[in-house]
Amino acid sequence: MWFNERLGLDSIREFAAHKKVPIHSSTMWYYFGGITLFLFGIQVATGILLLLYYRPTPTEAYESVQFIMTQVQFGWLIRSVHSWAANLMILAAFIHMFSVAMLHAYRRPRELTWLSGIALLGLALAFGFSGYLLPWNTISYFATKVGTDLAASVPLIGPALARFLRGGEDIGGGTLTRFFGFHVAVLPGVTTLLLLIHLVLVQKFGISSPPAIEKQCKESGRAIPQMPFFPNFALRELMAWYAALGLLGVLAAIFPWELGEKADPFAAAPAGIRPEWYFLAPFYTLKIIPSHIWFLEGEMVGFVGFGLLAAWWALLPFWATDRAGQVRSRLVTGAGVAMIAYLSTFSVLGYLK
Amino acid sequence: MADERRSLIRWLLGGGLLASVSSFIYPVLRFVNPPDIPEAPVNEVSAGKVQDLPPNQARIVRFGSKPVLLIHSSETEWRAFSAICTHLNCTVQFQQSTNQIWCACHNGFYDLNGKVVSGPPPTPLEEFTVRIRGEEVVISRRA
Repeated sequence: MWFNERLGLDSIREFAAHKKVPIHSSTMWYYFGGITLFLFGIQVATGILLLLYYRPTPTEAYESVQFIMTQVQFGWLIRSVHSWAANLMILAAFIHMFSVAMLHAYRRPRELTWLSGIALLGLALAFGFSGYLLPWNTISYFATKVGTDLAASVPLIGPALARFLRGGEDIGGGTLTRFFGFHVAVLPGVTTLLLLIHLVLVQKFGISSPPAIEKQCKESGRAIPQMPFFPNFALRELMAWYAALGLLGVLAAIFPWELGEKADPFAAAPAGIRPEWYFLAPFYTLKIIPSHIWFLEGEMVGFVGFGLLAAWWALLPFWATDRAGQVRSRLVTGAGVAMIAYLSTFSVLGYLK
Repeated sequence: MADERRSLIRWLLGGGLLASVSSFIYPVLRFVNPPDIPEAPVNEVSAGKVQDLPPNQARIVRFGSKPVLLIHSSETEWRAFSAICTHLNCTVQFQQSTNQIWCACHNGFYDLNGKVVSGPPPTPLEEFTVRIRGEEVVISRRA
């Protein structure tokens, strides 16, 4: 009562009571956005905890993570949960993105919701890339070397961009400080802002139903079945979060995240070095592109290719419908399947070869 | 009967929820508590050569991880005290003009026996033993 008077809880309750979620054969895909959000929350919480002990300098970073893993009580668990949740969050975000594409939920007026979601996925990848270096181990050191070298092949601004990312000519203390700053300050700030915009847009436009279901219901003259968001959908979502947490706990406890060897800038890159799974597809693509294509550098061709592919996919809402506003369903589904096939096949190849 | 069943389910659900929330909070509480890092006990340190510290001068010396104030109070007299003020842990210094030990944080004064002269410190400074071995000044913990 006291809080209601001061916070206007009745209006929130009223809002929640009117919010509905469509029920159909693909309703399960609606849970993945919430799961991604939940895992982001886990990342924030465990990230704050790790900050209590982590030291972002080349002489102390590895040792501080080793200290967390071996001396701090439950340190191994907190770090493993942070690493596993990062991977599961990116997986959930990819599933969420492809389900939105396949269910054609990006259609007018939800173009900005789609675009903000794509930007959030880009930020999640940036989180992964910047966080990967922080333990300052051999694999992360060389992955960052390759990653920033790839940035150098961006036309025109490449060398300046690579220098900006590295904080100098080479990977060193300057890079670690920068990546730490990006990882714990810049990216969380931008992500929080964009996440708020994304969630406000989801609230504003409600949850979309697939066009096929809309058509079916229209033809049969009945309304699309719906369930109240609160408590029906919210409790189901909560169960999905609980399942995600269970999976996370199992993975972290059974497969604790390894620390590896401390980075040595003067040691040779070890055999079988590869980036995180979500960068494997571009990694393998670059591996098979020849060093020169006609007069152009292979790396640059690859980078421009990825850029164009990402831009084409990000602009999905603008080419997915015809002038009459009808969804080009086959084209979008075909593009989605091709994209999933490319990413999964090249990721597997990148892992194996 | 239905009510009993419902209350049993409520207990089970509530208990399960409480148990799982506790299992999340417990590791976090243990994690935030920093582990004790055992230090090798230090009982004696070398504070350098006699000629490095002229009479009526003082210097802070590392005694393990703690600072000790070494004072060469007269030609033949050496003294050493814990340099941590007993008031709020600031590091004290030797004041030549008053021939006293002074804590700049809250204007606490100790005499050259470590006893409180004025200001807020509640207890005297811990005293250490100083010995001269040849040309070397050695500080050791009092038994």
